[in-house]
Amino acid sequence: MNKPIAFVALGLAASLALAGCASGASTDSSSASSTVEIGSLYEPQNLSNVAGGGQGVTEAFNGNVYEGLFKLADDGSVEPLLAESNTVSDDGLTYTFTLKSGVTFHSGKELTSADVKASIEAVLAEDSQSARKSSFGTIAGIETPDDATVVVTLEERSISFIYNLSYVWIINADATDGETTEDGTGPYTLGEWKRGSSLSLEAFDGYWGDAPATDEVVFNYFTDATALSNALLTDQVDIVTSVQSPDALTQFADNADYVVSDGDSTTKEILVFNDRVAPFDNVSVRKAIYSAIDTEKLLNSIWGDYGTLIGSMVPPTDPWYEDLTQVNPYDPALSEQLLADAGFADGFEFTLDTPSYDPHPVVAEFVKSELAKVGITVTINTISSDEWYTKVYKAQDFTATLQEHVNDRDVVWYGNPDFYWGYNNPEVTALVDQAEASATTDEQTAALKQVNEQIAEDAASVWLYLYPQIVVAASDLTGYPVNGLNSQFFVYDIARS
Amino acid sequence: MTVYLLRRSAFLVVSFLIAMVAIFVLLRLLPGDPSNALLSVTATPEQIAAAQAQVGADRPVLEQFGDWFAQLARFDLGESFISSLPVGPEIAARLVVTVPLTLLAFALALVISLVAGFVAAVKSDRWYGILISGLSQLGVAVPVFWVGILLVGVFAIQLRLLPSSGFPRDDWADPAEALLSLTLPVITVAIVMSASLTRYVRSATLDVLGSDYLRSARAQGSGFVEALWRHGLRNGAVPVISILGIELATTFLGAVVVESVFGLPGLGSMLLRAIQQHDYPNIQGVLFVSTLVVLVIGFLADIAQRLVDPRLRTSLSGNR
Repeated sequence: MNKPIAFVALGLAASLALAGCASGASTDSSSASSTVEIGSLYEPQNLSNVAGGGQGVTEAFNGNVYEGLFKLADDGSVEPLLAESNTVSDDGLTYTFTLKSGVTFHSGKELTSADVKASIEAVLAEDSQSARKSSFGTIAGIETPDDATVVVTLEERSISFIYNLSYVWIINADATDGETTEDGTGPYTLGEWKRGSSLSLEAFDGYWGDAPATDEVVFNYFTDATALSNALLTDQVDIVTSVQSPDALTQFADNADYVVSDGDSTTKEILVFNDRVAPFDNVSVRKAIYSAIDTEKLLNSIWGDYGTLIGSMVPPTDPWYEDLTQVNPYDPALSEQLLADAGFADGFEFTLDTPSYDPHPVVAEFVKSELAKVGITVTINTISSDEWYTKVYKAQDFTATLQEHVNDRDVVWYGNPDFYWGYNNPEVTALVDQAEASATTDEQTAALKQVNEQIAEDAASVWLYLYPQIVVAASDLTGYPVNGLNSQFFVYDIARS
Repeated sequence: MTVYLLRRSAFLVVSFLIAMVAIFVLLRLLPGDPSNALLSVTATPEQIAAAQAQVGADRPVLEQFGDWFAQLARFDLGESFISSLPVGPEIAARLVVTVPLTLLAFALALVISLVAGFVAAVKSDRWYGILISGLSQLGVAVPVFWVGILLVGVFAIQLRLLPSSGFPRDDWADPAEALLSLTLPVITVAIVMSASLTRYVRSATLDVLGSDYLRSARAQGSGFVEALWRHGLRNGAVPVISILGIELATTFLGAVVVESVFGLPGLGSMLLRAIQQHDYPNIQGVLFVSTLVVLVIGFLADIAQRLVDPRLRTSLSGNR
């Protein structure tokens, strides 16, 4: 072998060795094409959705491991899933569901109406931490006349009943430990949950529907957003479910190897007033504050070109969305006029309880400087999320606060005068009740649009902006959800092209 | 020496018991309610009460303490409030990452600092001796996460030689893969750790070099290396051993930062999440194990010092 060829061979051997190192560097021990690696900041606290499991378990399990009678699709519509059909009595009080046949749990047991009954009852149980528990207060009884039929009777009409059912996971009634194991009917079963690190899902051979696109999906959990971005940059993960910091985006936005999707989230950043206490019991004062804040500038400074301005509590994926951004326009002159009308020509002072985590401290500083321009002095009181919960939510001991509200269809909280923000407009309360008692979704939508308009008119809170839902994925990945409503993240269609 | 060992062991047990009480009491004195971690912004008063019952926050503190101590006596660290999983096995799973990380970083730092510190002392008038001293000064000032980010930027993102984060799902089933994912974290910790260790080794060596006994030994005809080996090493080792103990314990406790930067499922990241969630059983469990480790390291360092230096043995054990 002459010298140049020997050098080339040596070089090749060295680069092969390095390539071996690089591919060995991935935490993926199986072949690359059959596994999709997902990166997320939201590790489940436990595996149950009635034990306060947090958003992590919804992200990993909802629709993937557990299924409901209905599902909330990525566009915000509600579609039947385990329910083959359903009928509603004329008075709207009796719902009869027929279950899909041939559905089995991961343990092999066939799905019956008894499982559906037990699953709904788990949400209603005394120790249940389900977010939907209060919505099911109208359930009067659940009957199971045969294995394939469930009959639910309500005390009063509830147009949201079907939608609320999309949050109820159908669980094997015989399953004993829902917090650390699972027995659902979804396209994936739980592989291994390695606490602090990853949770793997494996395709379920006996799935009743179409087989999932990828055999194995692994959620890799990070506590640090930079570490998560780095994992995507080094191909250790293929997709990041939700980017929480726009700073990380520049390295992906102009890179052909990645696709950045800007979807609609349901997370609203809100300046919440305690509407019970002075001066925020005065509508003019609230409207004055709304008009003093340049929300467009705020959104841009926090999220760059991403995110949406909303003029009310309602995101575009809710059926009763309408553009109300001009009800309380940015107009400092109008703001000063409103303050003068309310008797605060010289301004006033208030304390803003600010959760200590992003983005609230930055938002608080922005609000403070904007309000200073119209003569209002803000004192920022930074508190932990724990303290927020105790002081603001439970004790309602605050003047104003910042908070993100993550759920869809949550405008209805403005109909509850006991809710922490204390907004009390009997007309709105009546409209929310009326919407829930509607016979048709059109009626419901019409009533809730009136609610949106009224709370915007009253400036019940300042809806600063709607978070973007940014998903960054390797460009060869297809089939992932871009909106990710309520932290759900359906993985069964994700595949490499 | 036997009496000293007995006395030192009794001291170890008593400090451990005091630490356990302190951990329990301090956690309860912290503001905040562990049940909050289970609740959402739509929780009803009924759900708030249920969450408090679930985490046992509705029971008297003394009763909770008694339960915990009874559990510990049975070598049971209890169950997490949040996940309902037993704490002990989870800590064991995390130690599989944290212990190798700490020991490898410590060993690497030891090698670097012994060589660098010795060279910096013996060659304190040469440019490389001065450079080592300067670098070690700089290293002490640099935060560990910054070194980590820098190394990831170069070796993981630019050169693609090493993984940026994570640990194999099957732990040490493939040792090469596990070692590969620990490489950057180990180097990160070792760099920061060796900076301060180098300074100690350097000053201990300088002390020895300037000592009378070394001069006497050489005057009696010993060569430089022989004199250093027979007299210098032992004398220089005493102060270094106590610093080593402290450094080892600090690295073990300081794993939080480096584990977060590298997404490692170790004890540090477990503690971080447990604190965020007010998960008392998990916090207590991690602190229990780390306190034990730190106290035992201190104990072993003390013993090692006495084995190395007979003078300490006699002065502290009452001439027995």
